[in-house]
Amino acid sequence: MTETISAHSELDYRQSRSLGQDAWLRLRRNKAAVVSMIVLIALALTGIFGPMLSPHPYDRIYPQYVRAPASFEAYPRADDITPAFESAIERGRVTIGEITIEGQTARALISNDEPIDDRITRYVDRSDLFSNARIENLSADGLSAEMVADVQRLRFLFGTDANGRDVLTRTMIGIRISLAIGLLASLMALVLGVTYGAVAGYLGGRVDNVMMRFVDILYSLPFIFFVILLVVFFGRSFVLIFIAIGCTEWLDMARIVRGQTLTIKRQEYVEAAQAMGVTSWGILRRHVIPNTLGPVIVFVTLLVPKAILLESLLSFLGLGVQPPLTSLGLLISDGAANMRGASWLLIYPAVTLTIILFALNFLGDGLRDALDPKDR
Amino acid sequence: MRDPILKVRDLKVEFGTNDGPVYAVKGIDLDVMPGETVAIVGESGSGKSQTMMAIMGLLAGNGRADGSAQYRGKEIIGLSDRALNRIRGEKITMIFQEPMTSLDPLYKIGRQLSEPIIHHGKLKRSEVRPRIIELLKLVGLPDPERRIDAYPHELSGGQRQRVMIAMALANDPDILIADEPTTALDVTIQAQILELLADLQKRLGMAIVFITHDLGIVRRFADRVYVMQKGEVVETNDAEVLFTAPAHPYTQMLLAAEPTGTKAPPPPTAPVLLEGRDVAVTFRVGGGFLKGPAIDLKAVDRISLQLRQGQTIGIVGESGSGKSTLGRALLRLAPSKGAVRFQGKDISHADREAMRPLRHEMQLVFQDPFGSLSPRMTVGQIVTEGLLVHEPHLTRRERDARAIEALAEVGLDPLMRNRYPHEFSGGQRQRIAIARAMILKPKIVVLDEPTSALDRSVQKQIVDLLRDLQKAHDLAYLFISHDLAVVRAMADHIIVMKEGRIVEEGATAEIFDHPREAYTQALMAAAVDQTRFRRSA
Repeated sequence: MTETISAHSELDYRQSRSLGQDAWLRLRRNKAAVVSMIVLIALALTGIFGPMLSPHPYDRIYPQYVRAPASFEAYPRADDITPAFESAIERGRVTIGEITIEGQTARALISNDEPIDDRITRYVDRSDLFSNARIENLSADGLSAEMVADVQRLRFLFGTDANGRDVLTRTMIGIRISLAIGLLASLMALVLGVTYGAVAGYLGGRVDNVMMRFVDILYSLPFIFFVILLVVFFGRSFVLIFIAIGCTEWLDMARIVRGQTLTIKRQEYVEAAQAMGVTSWGILRRHVIPNTLGPVIVFVTLLVPKAILLESLLSFLGLGVQPPLTSLGLLISDGAANMRGASWLLIYPAVTLTIILFALNFLGDGLRDALDPKDR
Repeated sequence: MRDPILKVRDLKVEFGTNDGPVYAVKGIDLDVMPGETVAIVGESGSGKSQTMMAIMGLLAGNGRADGSAQYRGKEIIGLSDRALNRIRGEKITMIFQEPMTSLDPLYKIGRQLSEPIIHHGKLKRSEVRPRIIELLKLVGLPDPERRIDAYPHELSGGQRQRVMIAMALANDPDILIADEPTTALDVTIQAQILELLADLQKRLGMAIVFITHDLGIVRRFADRVYVMQKGEVVETNDAEVLFTAPAHPYTQMLLAAEPTGTKAPPPPTAPVLLEGRDVAVTFRVGGGFLKGPAIDLKAVDRISLQLRQGQTIGIVGESGSGKSTLGRALLRLAPSKGAVRFQGKDISHADREAMRPLRHEMQLVFQDPFGSLSPRMTVGQIVTEGLLVHEPHLTRRERDARAIEALAEVGLDPLMRNRYPHEFSGGQRQRIAIARAMILKPKIVVLDEPTSALDRSVQKQIVDLLRDLQKAHDLAYLFISHDLAVVRAMADHIIVMKEGRIVEEGATAEIFDHPREAYTQALMAAAVDQTRFRRSA
């Protein structure tokens, strides 16, 4: 297959396309990759805007709804409101008729032998559940009326955790934090690894040897030990986590880029640039680094899930994000501790993380296929 | 008339691409009689290889074959792989262009040869060894008893091609398809392989389908010739008739594509631009911990030359003779010993910084037009890159103007400067590479096999372009090539190299007409005299 099927004439009417555009066309044909991309964008938007739109702040504790299971039902439940309402009104020594609950209001028919004093609303207001209690539809003789009170009813679609916090909001915050750490750590690994690897590979010889032995030394440091050291010295913080992950993941990137650079620097276009007197930095910037990008992009998309997993591991071990801020890893760790009694604490964050990892891996695979020059 | 052993009717091949289908073969008819040699000739992109790939069921994933191809009356287009495997590899076999990559480097050649024999059930694994030695003897591999246990990397290119041929012959095929079997080889080796194929055919009586872009090779070797252009057969005839009276203009063009003309030497008063004295380059091979002492390999062994303004020195030699290394050493791109003077100034110890201001005076054009252009830069960026270094004061607009000028000078449409190299054909890419060198207005250009990867007709255009540029700018060329026809047309002075040394040097006419050294004579004989492959009918 050495023949190129492009005669001079074909070139003239065919529109111009760069290698990148070609890859994009191929990627678009890969259904799994496109779906993954859409899912990722949707999840990222959820992570960014979800917590703002959610009625529950992620760190708000509802002591009365600890470990509420996931459901569409509103809390408190109607079954809980009725007796509470009843007992609150009873203190006003009135006879209670029918109690109805509609949405955010509870109504009870009340009657008495004496005219009803509207001060009995205080008894209702004293309860945690009710607010803004009032008497309505007072009959002309003042002996019967309706007691109306607002009930704040909340929905916890993913349930609440052991402290009574909304798992849905916390999961959305978790997506935000995990994606941010994944992206930032990968970005850091990208910048460090590409520069380091390209310099080492291009300069070659002794410089290369020294630089790569340094990488080998870093490789031999246990990751967890390294992170614990960092945490001990600098305390736990969000920035530290992605620095820690970036600091370990750039080693792979440096090796990949160095390998690529070694082959690229033997290409004739590099030699042509040398023959023109282009500086080493110019060659690195214009020729070497752009041509390593294919494998590098693929590696980055596979690095993001890896970084997310590492962050999850750190958080799981208690070295990661500080509560009440949370990440998917931390949520899963909590969920694992409560797996028997409150499975929803584990299921929802775990499913979310799995979806993110699936999508990133599919996208990475799709990119690898799209960028593979052998397909040309 | 006998029945054809292979009968192809209305064969079409199309490839699905992002730009819609591309029709590589547009309905061709082809017959191969038992025991005859058929040549399919055409330039790259003419569909000659794809025709045979379609018949062998070896098209790329996005390819589709249509039409009919019958082997002894049995339809083979559209056969399942399983059914096809009973024919290909046994009755129809193939040898490829690239002997370096068509053998698996992990297996000994005996093992590779035994695979097809055992697979097609001819012999058991225990009985196969004598047969392999016999095959290796047949293809003239020296010392077959020892070579059977060699790994591919221990053999030279010519020897590997012999192994490939042995593999193709292993099951006594009826048809041997040879896809550019000699293109990657040196001229002397090329001659030997062609001779071997002619000899084998005489002895074994199989039919050979010979695919090549070089009409010269098939001149006396083929019985019948099909000439293909853009997926169609434009002319077919007996070889004798076709060569004496080509009917189609394309065939005539192919036949006339040999570069012609000679170059007059510059006046003796022309100033010496580049002078090398006792230039030597050694590579240290092996050595290091546990590997024993290092060996110094002399790639270039004390060579002296003078290049004058307007002169073209042709450096000729087979691969591994050190001619490319010499070119790089003279440009200070490879570390070397000895003295190199540029315009009287000693640059043998100049470092990168010191060389930078001189770089634009001495440029380099490479052999491989696919590897020498960065795939992620536009043509405009590639051509103007040198200006960033040597004329940094230019604005973007001025650089663009210079790019337009340079592209127009090498005969390319300047509108194409926003495109990427992969959209261009080989010849166009080579023009881009030349534009990149010319934009800096050099005095010396080292041309390292600039035409070897190109079709004959494109070669001729590039040679003409280089000659025009030389005349226009009074350039000095160092022309490195193994292709004597091109060197003859380009150079006024020739240096013949072998194993890093100068074997012979002199004016072009003198070297070609009266070669003194045996090596030069052998080189000339292999390249020029192709009448030796005449088959006895």
